[in-house]
Amino acid sequence: MGLTGILVIEEQCTGCGVCVGACPFDAIKINDEGIAEIDEEKCTLCGACVDACPFDAIEMKRGESSVEIDKDDYSGVLTFGEINEGELSKVALEMLSVGREIADKRGVKLSSVLIGGKELEKHAKTMINHGADIVYYIEDESLFHFNDELYAEALGKLIEEVKPEVFIGGASAVGRALLPRVAATIKTGLTADCTELDIDNETGNLLQTRPAFGGNIMATILTPNHRPQIATIRPRVMPVPQETEKNGEIKKFDFDTTTFKLSKIIKEAVILSEEEVNLHEAEVIVSAGRGVGSKENLKLIYDFAKKLGAAVGASRAVVDAGWISYPHQVGQTGTTVAPKVYIACGISGAIQHQVGMRSSDIIIAINSDPEAPIFDIATYGFVGDLNKIIPELMKKI
Amino acid sequence: MNIFVCIKQVPNTTEVKWDLEKGTLIREGVESIVNPFDLYAVEEGLKIKEKIGGDTKVIAITMGPPQAKEALRDVIAMGADEGILVSDRAFAGADTLATSYSLYKAIEKMGDIGIILAGKQAIDGDTGQVGPGIASWFGYPQITYVKKIVEIKDNKMVAERLTDYGYDIVESELPVVLTVVKEINEPRLPSLRGKMKAKKFEPTVFTANDINADENRIGLQGSPTQVKKVFSPPKKEGGEKFEGEAEELSEILFGKLKELKIV
Repeated sequence: MGLTGILVIEEQCTGCGVCVGACPFDAIKINDEGIAEIDEEKCTLCGACVDACPFDAIEMKRGESSVEIDKDDYSGVLTFGEINEGELSKVALEMLSVGREIADKRGVKLSSVLIGGKELEKHAKTMINHGADIVYYIEDESLFHFNDELYAEALGKLIEEVKPEVFIGGASAVGRALLPRVAATIKTGLTADCTELDIDNETGNLLQTRPAFGGNIMATILTPNHRPQIATIRPRVMPVPQETEKNGEIKKFDFDTTTFKLSKIIKEAVILSEEEVNLHEAEVIVSAGRGVGSKENLKLIYDFAKKLGAAVGASRAVVDAGWISYPHQVGQTGTTVAPKVYIACGISGAIQHQVGMRSSDIIIAINSDPEAPIFDIATYGFVGDLNKIIPELMKKI
Repeated sequence: MNIFVCIKQVPNTTEVKWDLEKGTLIREGVESIVNPFDLYAVEEGLKIKEKIGGDTKVIAITMGPPQAKEALRDVIAMGADEGILVSDRAFAGADTLATSYSLYKAIEKMGDIGIILAGKQAIDGDTGQVGPGIASWFGYPQITYVKKIVEIKDNKMVAERLTDYGYDIVESELPVVLTVVKEINEPRLPSLRGKMKAKKFEPTVFTANDINADENRIGLQGSPTQVKKVFSPPKKEGGEKFEGEAEELSEILFGKLKELKIV
């Protein structure tokens, strides 16, 4: 074993086998002597067994951390106030509820950063009214569209100056492109797509909980030796805080965009007229499966969604058949969603679909096959023909 | 010019189940596959090569234990020219920062970089961080969630990337890092010739020494994030199920929607 590695303390191991089951990679066996043995070829050092062992018989050795960060230099919570083409996003506000909670627990200030091309002071006031104490804004015409490199550079500079202990943003298309770039630039840890956040007040460690393995397991991740601790949070998981008129600091952060050599430009941002595409931010999603029957019948789903003010989702089968475009696809090779209400219409609910929507608060399923797997996870299941039930329903709404 | 495609061998997560009684994962019979999103990246790499021709090579690269060479074999069968396996005990325990550093060092060693492709995320970790991480280590521009490559000409490219509101048309200089979504193409099936080649294929293996890796940046030691605990998610159970005539069902459904305050 070198500097780092994993070790079974044989005197403490009882051969109970809990670790064998806890290992996601099938790397542990109980050997002939009744002691756990780790297959180094298969082990990824994920640490699941260390946590699972009831006898503290598995130890993970980490080499001396070479990073020397004085954690006391870092304080406060910073959130990313995502702006899309001039519009403040909903996820920007959601970050303020969880950000506020963590900041209050730590007894520190909650700050936000806005990056954009114009009217940022107006958005800054909105952020203050939703709970931010301080809002930094970085405004320049060249920042109107989201340009990863430029945004990452600006954020890096701000973080260097503000030194927050926690930096969070939405796990949106922008957040999931930008924050990993920032984290790698300043060489700190990032936990993606968290569904739960808490902070250990003693150590200041952020407890970042996220699903993995297609939602089959949950993992809590720490970034113990680096600051800031960066996380992206799944949209729609955190509530939007109440808006109340209040005072706060709004500060312009100077960032000279001309010093940065830009090798990429956004030529055009195409905003699709079908507003129902933004599955991430939708409270309600009406989703169509093969049971809809035909491309023509899809109109019913669109009408129904429109009536509910819902976004339109679809199963892979419907996308592959060319009835609807890919951005609507929910599931393993599409988008993962977690709306308040997910209405699955004519979707049988294969596991590949389920992994993309089973975190929804309420699942309503309409399907003519009473054996469809979607009913196993549906809060309310309706066995019947959606092409009859939905028109009837729409008469009542 | 080299086109690098980063791939990952993953367990077929749709087959992984949680044993609720024991509180452990059931992995029996779970096969290892190439991360589905990476196949779109491989396909796009092959397409770009076919289009620009010349001495363009498609090089698949993966980091993992020795058995990850099977993943490389699968994409060699599709038509990739070479396969690099970044494999060393010293890489074990790498999080996304350490992984992106290791892949960056390996790609840098190969050189003549034009385009680096990856799937938008892996189905086991679902992080989507390694692509932007590699771009950051190199200081290259990145285009994530690419749904279409419009053109590649004179060391420049134009691509469309998915956004939450639609899509952006982006122009970038090369080298560039792209992560791709399913919409971009339909991955080809292996040809007979590809299968023959894959059968004899042995990857070039890079150890930590081979790529001149800084030991503080790789493996467990180079990973700022640590897993504290792993647990099973709350089980989702089926609730009420209603059967009957459409009129009756629509009435019940209407009632539920009213309760939920969405009508």
